[in-house]
Amino acid sequence: MSRIPLPYNPKVMDLFQHPKNLGKMEDATVVAVAGNPACGDMITFYLKIDEAKQVIEKAQFESYGCAANIATSSIVTEMVKCLTLEDAWNNITWKKVTEEIGGLPAVKFHCGVLAVGALKRAIRQYFTQKNVEAPNWLPKENTFEEKQALEEEELAKTLSKRLKPEAEKK
Amino acid sequence: MVENVKELLKLHEGITHEVYLDNENSCIVPQQVVDAMLPYFNKTAYGNPTLTHKPGWEAFEVIMNSFQKISKYMGAKILEEITFTPSETEANNLAIMGSCFAQKSKGKKIVISEIEPINVLQVAEMMGKYGFSTTKIPVDHEGFINLEKLKEAVDKETILVSISAVNNELGTIQPIKEAVDIVKAQNPQALFHTDVSDAYGRIPLDVQNLKVDLATASSYKIQGPRGIGALYLRDGVNMERILEGQIGTQKLWPGIENTPLIVGFTKASELAFENFESNTTKLRMLRDKLVDGIFSELGDLRFNGPKGDKRSPDNANISILRAEGEALTIELSLKGIYVSSGSACSRRLLQPSHVLIAIGRIFEEAHGSILMKVTRSHTEEDIAYVLSVLPTAVNRIRGIVGSTGVH
Repeated sequence: MSRIPLPYNPKVMDLFQHPKNLGKMEDATVVAVAGNPACGDMITFYLKIDEAKQVIEKAQFESYGCAANIATSSIVTEMVKCLTLEDAWNNITWKKVTEEIGGLPAVKFHCGVLAVGALKRAIRQYFTQKNVEAPNWLPKENTFEEKQALEEEELAKTLSKRLKPEAEKK
Repeated sequence: MVENVKELLKLHEGITHEVYLDNENSCIVPQQVVDAMLPYFNKTAYGNPTLTHKPGWEAFEVIMNSFQKISKYMGAKILEEITFTPSETEANNLAIMGSCFAQKSKGKKIVISEIEPINVLQVAEMMGKYGFSTTKIPVDHEGFINLEKLKEAVDKETILVSISAVNNELGTIQPIKEAVDIVKAQNPQALFHTDVSDAYGRIPLDVQNLKVDLATASSYKIQGPRGIGALYLRDGVNMERILEGQIGTQKLWPGIENTPLIVGFTKASELAFENFESNTTKLRMLRDKLVDGIFSELGDLRFNGPKGDKRSPDNANISILRAEGEALTIELSLKGIYVSSGSACSRRLLQPSHVLIAIGRIFEEAHGSILMKVTRSHTEEDIAYVLSVLPTAVNRIRGIVGSTGVH
């Protein structure tokens, strides 16, 4: 049973209770997912992009996860609003997200990492989806946050393998 | 961090009704129990029970009375079979380490079930450092131990078997008597330990009838104070101390007896056992109302553990799909309802409840589980309040999840 005391700060609690930019975006330009429910942690990230200006018009999220997961996802959707894709890529890091939200318990840092991982995946996916050459500012290599998201998803697979398909019936 | 906690507590200020259902992890000690303890801090019997003066003799008398009562409630033959320890954790450590060290010339094998509480599981695993090996018996989808596998696991090298009488998370009532017979038929010298913390005061229990060698009981699990538990050790069984120090009234646990806590544990036991039938009937009624109410209001749920007579009357464990447990515990807390969850809580330990995984629940089902235990102090109004709030809380969390993880 979850026993680590998690004294979330008021900002985390406020975003948990009143998340901003919550819900499925019907007219999203791009949708990305990070995490896995097996890890108790999964985010769907929606971006509406002004394609002419390469600017994020709005971002929305849905999240399966703890209060920190919900709050960090929500704050990322606020932070990227009106940023160019390039600025969003370069300036939104998990550390900035943690700072912006007023700090997180150390065991919850990965929530911010996952939220940024979802954002970066969405940006990357935008160019793949358009089938255009990626701009110079977009590295071929996965960033820290994307790698962490991948690692978590891999871990989920490993964990699932160890599961019994079904405990033997009596 | 402390500032954060102050703010968190402020968020709870408007609460009109509080229902504490996290009796797995602590409890509200009834006033009667607190009142019974108070005189022993500073009015009477505050002495060391082994010393030769009035406050010491007073303490001796009080503690002997407690030994008498607890041994009666557990079904012990003589009061010397009971040792008070600071909690269930210490009692289980003593049971496993103390009996293994004392029996090590006979063998080095320990057998436990997959769903033992952490304070059995990790102690047994730790014994690996001293050359002991541990075999874990699987359980079925309701948490019942596989008796065939138990039989296979026990051989001439087995010195200790430890299986809880009632699983703390699922409420599963294990066939302990049959398990003891199987173990003793395989190896009459193997000792049988059972943690009865979740059985004591909730199902009929008698260590002599069960023919177990060791049994652990816990005070806070029957609304007594924390910091006190008991270990039953059948008369004649060899056991080593695991701590050294001044020996008082009990040879297996050094240190000065904590009279107020022992009295609190005893009073809590009295209250549980005095009206055993009506108490357990009430627990079952409240628990069933809670569970039935939740199932009638919400879909996509899994009931964890058995139903009916083979489940402890106080335990409710439900997996709420498409909702994460930690988020749920916080959402419910803000409404005055306190529960715990089998959800994993930190990244490198993405491990939800090992008990839920052992019965074949997938990780998502474990992450979304909530554990609730009712007590005889709860009222029907409490349950009605939970039922008026919980579905809304679940639906809000499910609303945040939306389609995530579904596609």
